[in-house]
Amino acid sequence: MAEKQQDWSAIARNPKFVELHRKKTTFLIGWWIFSTVYYFLLPIGAAFAPGLFKIKILGRINIGYLFALSQFFVSWGIAMYYAHVANKDFDRLTRELVDELR
Amino acid sequence: MKRTFIALCLAIFLGSVAYAAESAATPATAAPTSTTSSSPAATTAVMPAATQNTPEANTPAPDRTFKANPMVTIPIFLIIIGVTMAVVVWSAKKTKSAADFYAAGGGITGTQNGWAIAGDYMSAASFLGISGMIALYGYDGFMYSVGWLVAYITVLLIVAEPCRNAGKYTLGDILSFRTEPKPVRAVAALSTVAVSTFYLTAQMVGAGKLMQLLIGIPYKTAIIGVGILMVGYVVFGGMTATTWVQIIKAGLLMSGATLLSILVAAKSGFSPFQFFNDIATSPNIIEHVQKTVLKDPLPMPGFDYGQRFLEPGLFLKAPLDQISLGMALVLGTAGMPHILMRFFTVPTAQAARKSVIVAMFIIGTFYILTTLLGFGAAIHVTPQAVMKVDKGGNMAAMMLAQQMGGDISPFIGDLLLAFLCAVAFATILAVVSGLVLAASAAIAHDIYVNVIKDGHADQHEQVLAARVTSLCVGAIGILIGIAAEKSNVAHLVALAFAVASSGNLPVVVMSLFWRKFNTAGVISGLVVGTVAAIALVMVSPNMTYPKKVAADAQKVITALEKQQADGAVLDAKQTADLAKAKGDYEKNKDGKSLMGLDAPLFPLKNPGIVSIPLGFLAAIIGCLAFPNRRSEEMFDEIYVRQNTGIGMAKAIDH
Repeated sequence: MAEKQQDWSAIARNPKFVELHRKKTTFLIGWWIFSTVYYFLLPIGAAFAPGLFKIKILGRINIGYLFALSQFFVSWGIAMYYAHVANKDFDRLTRELVDELR
Repeated sequence: MKRTFIALCLAIFLGSVAYAAESAATPATAAPTSTTSSSPAATTAVMPAATQNTPEANTPAPDRTFKANPMVTIPIFLIIIGVTMAVVVWSAKKTKSAADFYAAGGGITGTQNGWAIAGDYMSAASFLGISGMIALYGYDGFMYSVGWLVAYITVLLIVAEPCRNAGKYTLGDILSFRTEPKPVRAVAALSTVAVSTFYLTAQMVGAGKLMQLLIGIPYKTAIIGVGILMVGYVVFGGMTATTWVQIIKAGLLMSGATLLSILVAAKSGFSPFQFFNDIATSPNIIEHVQKTVLKDPLPMPGFDYGQRFLEPGLFLKAPLDQISLGMALVLGTAGMPHILMRFFTVPTAQAARKSVIVAMFIIGTFYILTTLLGFGAAIHVTPQAVMKVDKGGNMAAMMLAQQMGGDISPFIGDLLLAFLCAVAFATILAVVSGLVLAASAAIAHDIYVNVIKDGHADQHEQVLAARVTSLCVGAIGILIGIAAEKSNVAHLVALAFAVASSGNLPVVVMSLFWRKFNTAGVISGLVVGTVAAIALVMVSPNMTYPKKVAADAQKVITALEKQQADGAVLDAKQTADLAKAKGDYEKNKDGKSLMGLDAPLFPLKNPGIVSIPLGFLAAIIGCLAFPNRRSEEMFDEIYVRQNTGIGMAKAIDH
């Protein structure tokens, strides 16, 4: 399949790869759990704490509306932050690893 | 063998056209003339209900009062068809190898792919359905839309880049990497075809009904028209044409939504406070919430019905169902074969990452704009008028377009409506093309090339197989669309997401991240997840239960007969209702649901909350029960590949 036979388990043991894998796993799982929990607070909150959602904040705009709107910004925020970290850290580590193997 | 296969496909295709043409010919002799002939009367009478704010009890035939002007709509449709056809001709020249056909030769940039993902994902249902839900039920519609964006966090963080690095054209490529390729590819292809078929059927039926409602084309003609275009795009242009159709559609959809939102916002002086105030103080919304939604015959003193429209709980009354749907969205989007396939069109993991982020901004902005459209329709078109045209509110955005433009001049109203119709049309084409391509790739690449031919097929044969398969899949899509006209398809979108989240996602994630994962795990996970999701939907409240229909009809009969007994004379509409209810009762009183049930066995409409854990569990148990050393040894390879892209399957085959 690959043009050149790689020793995959050796790469997997390479300290650079171990570092990349460790950093990536923590980041990805952590932020995925955060975004999922934040999202499910919306239907759960609407169902079990409607009183909270009804509190008016700005004129007629209530907490429920602002919270739903915040979901969009939180998702975008996570996406941008991930892009930032991935471009800076993960891609750099990957490049270094690939260069080392060459 | 190959010849018979092609002949069979052609036969199916021609058969479907003949079947449909025959039935379409009877009601309206020739399709194009019928659209122009039937409408001059309708266009002059466009929307009286919407311009007068008070709903009248007996306006006859409300469905005739709202229709696009064909003199404006048809040219716009022709422009879209012309442009997309030009794209097809251009991309057909570039489509020479299997990689060109399935993955546009890996030559799509991150930004282009982002637009294409958005175009692939935002269906007419989310555009029209969600704005309608907001127009009728306010806050709950907005809350419903959130999950469709949040779903992309899973795509971004968990599947996009690994899939780009480890895969080639299909789901089967990722799953068969360190397993027994043949059984795994076969099962993966079946699951892909199942998801695509459910989603495609829902889209086709929706397309037919929409075109029927908007421009008066008969249902079958609309399905065949959409079907032929879709088959044309995919068969000749492959992924390149499909991608560009999706990009064009996303651009049209975003400009339509933005334009309309600006018009709505201008009405409230571009002030969000004024906008929310307009919603909460609109007498029509107050009356709608009180009488139609909360069913209070007299207003409760001191209760702010207008503000209630901005609070949760008018439509989504089953929190568990909501959570279940949320799970299916968050995990299912990342398991949708037509979305996964988009990541094989970009050259690198970085481009895949960028494309998800671009898509997230487009999709998120779109849903925020949808809120403006939905609330705008509630203020300016009124929920009453929206419900009169379509009970589910699906025409809210369309009616808003005509109203907002019509406030400037009647011609601009028609123009804006025609533009939105064209957007809906492009939307349908883009989504169905993506689905046909995903299903065809699964059949041609996984089953034909890799299972039947053991991977020994030259480029020419692979492309031919892909084209023939697309033709067949498209033809079958048309047939199913025609056959399903009268059936209840609302649950099919939920079903597609449920199967993707319970069957596909668990095995994709475990293939990429779990050392012990193997053939038995893939097969048991895919089979159990898919079967559980389908079985639960089959016994859920989504299906039609004749006993319940009969009971509802009985209620109508009792109520009307009681009125009669009290000496009231029924008007024409009530008499018709009574006759219809009696007929419904007789027809349904001894009936059973498709599964032979009197009442649903499973209480939720969305099976995710049960079927997703089942899918994961089955994958884990299956894999632990039949451990495989080779799969474990190959984990390092797939893990290094998916993280780094080393040894990545080149998108362009040499």
